[in-house]
Amino acid sequence: MSSLNKQSFINILFSYFPIWMLFLSVFNDFDFNYLKIEYFAFNFVHILIFFWTLKNPDHLGYASIFLAGIINDVIIGIPIGISSFCYLLICFASAYIRNITLSPNFINDWLSFLFIILLINSIQVTILDLIFFIEVNYPKYLINTGFTFLFYPIFFFLFSIINKKISFKLND
Amino acid sequence: MATSRDDFVIAVRSAFLKKKDKQKFSLLTLLFLSIFVIILSNYNFKVIQYIKIGINEITYRASFLISAPENKIQSINSQIKDHLEIYDNYKNIESELEKLKQKELVNNFLKMENEKLRELINESIKSDELLAKVLIDKDSPFLKSIILNKGTKDKLKIGMAVADEVYLVGKIIEVNYTNSRVLLLSDLNSKIPVVLEPIGMQAVVSGTGGDTGKIQYTKDEYGDQIKSKDLIAYTSGQGGLFKPGLPVGRVTTDNINKIDFFSDFKQLEYVKIISHSIEEVN
Repeated sequence: MSSLNKQSFINILFSYFPIWMLFLSVFNDFDFNYLKIEYFAFNFVHILIFFWTLKNPDHLGYASIFLAGIINDVIIGIPIGISSFCYLLICFASAYIRNITLSPNFINDWLSFLFIILLINSIQVTILDLIFFIEVNYPKYLINTGFTFLFYPIFFFLFSIINKKISFKLND
Repeated sequence: MATSRDDFVIAVRSAFLKKKDKQKFSLLTLLFLSIFVIILSNYNFKVIQYIKIGINEITYRASFLISAPENKIQSINSQIKDHLEIYDNYKNIESELEKLKQKELVNNFLKMENEKLRELINESIKSDELLAKVLIDKDSPFLKSIILNKGTKDKLKIGMAVADEVYLVGKIIEVNYTNSRVLLLSDLNSKIPVVLEPIGMQAVVSGTGGDTGKIQYTKDEYGDQIKSKDLIAYTSGQGGLFKPGLPVGRVTTDNINKIDFFSDFKQLEYVKIISHSIEEVN
């Protein structure tokens, strides 16, 4: 009986994996910057939100994403609300793709992801530069977008394995 | 044609309004809420400021705790590197120490002479220093800033200079009750008035978003004067924001518009917050 309880506790904990990762990455600014490779940076949070809201939105609530955006803004020091808005736009795009897609295709998802991150980074830069008059480094944003796009397949593969395990364990 | 437009509208409406089983809020509600937050954060109402300070306090502390394991790994890594390079470092330090000893003698004389000259014009500079620990130093590719563990309870104010030992690293741009944010010199939005010595030319050091800065707003003959020697940039004290004479960085003859900062912003653990006042001596 106790082992059964323990097992279900682990399953529940595992089902919160996307939320753990989301908050850990916004608090910790998880982007491999400490590797000190010049110009190398990517946005892990964008990949995480896009994947989970597209493939399994039950495990990553919109309210958590909104809160993570607020925390991200505080940590990196930009006006509160901007990241939340951008993250929720990713959610909207992934929900739209989910609604119009009958048979999911990796290449379609990947290209849609590129379009979405280009769009939301443009919105973010526009808000920062034109509304809040915060000078931003445009080439770095573009390079960051490029690396985020390139890293998507790796995390897609990893998250797919985790997603299968979560779905399997919860349906078990 | 009409059917495909209907499909598009249905898909968009469903994406905005439809909640999955475990979602408590619709996407549209949260999108409006985030726009509302962005607009509110633009206003400086007292209530909003207090809420902002509260959110900052909680988030900075939580981030400090969560980053602890990663920071520990980084510090172990840097310790190992230091141990491996210990002999080379020792040799370099030994030769530098000898040079510094010689310079100190000259500096002491100049310091006393400077004090006497200030007395002659009835002026003295008083400064206070406060030691602070760096809580968060995430190297974001967009904004270069650090969070310190001192705030309004330690009488910190926006605009105070922050130094790594004697080298200027930035200025305070946000103060909460127990912590504050420092904009580093390398940030694109940082502009510091400096004086370039030994030519004595006024300039502004701006951040580039990278590890170096750039020299701006110099006189036309700046290029001719620097040709033969390296320059050191010190804070000029123009505008009364910073104590004059804080070393900022070195300008080499290779690239006269680029400045290499003396301090390594990625290695900051403790910094000094410097406040100063220029008083008249009667």
